[in-house]
Amino acid sequence: MYNQSLDKGPLKDDGRDQDEDRRIEFEHNVLAGYTVEPKDWMPEGYRKTLIRQMSQHAHSEVIGMLPEGDWILRAPTLKRKAILLAKVQDEGGHGLYLYSATETLGVSRDLLYEDLLHGRAKYSSIFNYPTLSWADVGVIGWLVDGAAIMNQIPLTQCSYGPYARAMVRICKEESFHQRQGFELLNEMMNGSEKQKEMVQNSVNRWWWPTVMMFGPEDKDSVHSKESRTWGIKRVTNDELRQNFIDVTVPQAEILGVDLPDPDIRWNEERGHYDFGEVDWTEFWRVVSGHGPCNRDRIEAKRKAWEEGVWVREAIMAHALNEKVVDRHG
Amino acid sequence: MTIAREETYDAHLLSFVLRLADSALIASQRMAEWCGVAPMLEEDIALSNVALDLLGQSRHLFTYASDLEGGSRSEDDFAFLRDPHEYLNYIIAELPNGDFAQSCTKSFLFSSFAKTVWSSLLDANDSRLRDIAAKSLKETNYHVEHFSSWFIRLGDGTDTSRQKILEGLDYVWPYTNEFFDDDSILISLEGVLKMKTNTLWTKWIEGVTNVFASARIDLPSTPDFICSGKYGIHSEHLGHILAEMQYLQRAYPGGRW
Repeated sequence: MYNQSLDKGPLKDDGRDQDEDRRIEFEHNVLAGYTVEPKDWMPEGYRKTLIRQMSQHAHSEVIGMLPEGDWILRAPTLKRKAILLAKVQDEGGHGLYLYSATETLGVSRDLLYEDLLHGRAKYSSIFNYPTLSWADVGVIGWLVDGAAIMNQIPLTQCSYGPYARAMVRICKEESFHQRQGFELLNEMMNGSEKQKEMVQNSVNRWWWPTVMMFGPEDKDSVHSKESRTWGIKRVTNDELRQNFIDVTVPQAEILGVDLPDPDIRWNEERGHYDFGEVDWTEFWRVVSGHGPCNRDRIEAKRKAWEEGVWVREAIMAHALNEKVVDRHG
Repeated sequence: MTIAREETYDAHLLSFVLRLADSALIASQRMAEWCGVAPMLEEDIALSNVALDLLGQSRHLFTYASDLEGGSRSEDDFAFLRDPHEYLNYIIAELPNGDFAQSCTKSFLFSSFAKTVWSSLLDANDSRLRDIAAKSLKETNYHVEHFSSWFIRLGDGTDTSRQKILEGLDYVWPYTNEFFDDDSILISLEGVLKMKTNTLWTKWIEGVTNVFASARIDLPSTPDFICSGKYGIHSEHLGHILAEMQYLQRAYPGGRW
C-alpha cells in the first residue's frame, strides 16, 4: 500500500564503490535518464538505500493487509466484501512484487522478512492505527491510498528499473483503491445520521496520521544530495504533503466531512492550502514502535510465520521425497 | 392441482439453489479468515482468490434465488437477514479452519464435491444453473488442484505435517456424509437437475481416492455420522459466523453501504 519516507540519508558506502570513474559514469547515466538494471554496476550506497526503501515498502504492503483485512468478515454487503477481499489481495500482491524486485539487489526475502518480525525493519506508521468502524475501510481507501498514490507516482520514474516498473502497476491498482474508498464514504454520507457520524469520527481519527505519512518536514529530513543525484527520490516530503492537502480538501467538501484542522484555509498568495502544525512527537513515537497497534501487527505476523514453519518444512521434505522417487523410478 | 405442483417445484428448486449459494458463501467466509495470516504470502493471495471465487459463485446463485422468488429479496437480504436455521449450507463449509492442514483437507473434500456437482449441472434442464455451473466449474477445478496438491504435500511431507493431515481428516471426514445421504430435494428435482446422489458419490470417491493414494493415506470408511445442514439444522459454529458477518446490517437496519 505505501512506502514512507523514514530515510535518514543514504547509507554510507563500505568501500566497495570507491571506483570514482564508475561512480561518475553511473551518476551521469542516471542524470541522463537511463534506467539502472540489476546486472548494472551500482554504488554500494545506492544498492543499500534501495534495499532499505523497497523492503520497507514491501513490509508496509503486507502489514497493511491486517487493519483492513479485519473488516472482510464484517463487510456489510456482498459487493463490499468482494471489493475489500480483492483490495487486500492486491496489497499482498504488491508485497510479493516488491519483495521480488528487492531480491534483484542480491538480498533474500526471508532475511528481509525476519528483519520485520524482529523489529529491525520499519514499515509505514499509518498501519499502527486501529480500524474501529466500517467507515475506516472507506477512509483508508480515500485518504491513506490517496496519500500513497501521491508518494508513489514519482517512484514510477525512479532510476532503478525493477522498482519503477513495479510502481507503474501498483499505482494503477492504488488508484482503484482510492476511488472505491471515496465511493464507499459517499454512499454512507447519503445514509442515516448514525452513518454520517461514523464517517466523521473516522476522518477525525485518520486525518493527522495520514498527513504524517509523508514523513518528517524537509528541514528535519536529512535528504542527501545523493538520493536526488541517484534518482531515487525526486520530490520532497513537504512538496508531497502539500500536493496531497491541496487535492484532498475539495474532496472533503464534496463528501461533506470536516477535516480536523482549523488552520486549513486557501492561501491565494501561495496558491495552496495552509494547514496546521503536525504533532511530530506522536509521529516519532509511532515510528519508534509505540503506536497503538505496533505490537499487535508484528505479533499477528510473527504468530502466522511461526505457525507456518511446519508447512514450509513439509514442502521441502515432499520435494525431496519426489526427487528420490524420480531417481529410483 | 397444477398450481400446487408448481409451487412445490419452485420451493424445492429455491432450496437447492440456496443450498449451493449458502455453502459457497460460508466456505468463502471461512476461507477469508486466512487472508493476511497464511503460512506464506503466496498462500495469502491464493486463499483470498479462492474466497473471492466462492463469493462470486454465491452472488450468482443468490441472484437466481431472488428471481425464483419474484425479486422480493436481494442478494444481501439472503446473506445478511436470514437466521441460522434458514441457512441451507452443508455443515462442512462452516467448520472452523483449525490449522492449515485441517483447512486444506476440508477444502480439498468440499471443492472435490463441488466439482462433481457443477459438472453434473452442466446437463441440467435449467439454463441459469447450467450457466452458473459452467463458470463455477472452471474456478472449482483450480480449487481442487490447489487443495489436492496441499493434501499430497502435507500428507507426504514431514512426520508432523502427516500427523496434522491425519488429525484434520479425522475431524472433517464424517461431515462428507451429508453430501450423499438421503436427499428429498434432489429426488423431487430429478427431472430438472438430472442429478443422482449415487452418481455424485461414484465420481467424487474416484477423484479423492487418487489423491489419497498420492498422499499415501488410507481412505477412511464411510461414516455413520448425522449431518443435516442442508435442511437447516447446523453445527453451533454457524451462529457465530453469522453474528460476525451480519453485524452491520443487523445493527444499522436500512443503512446505505
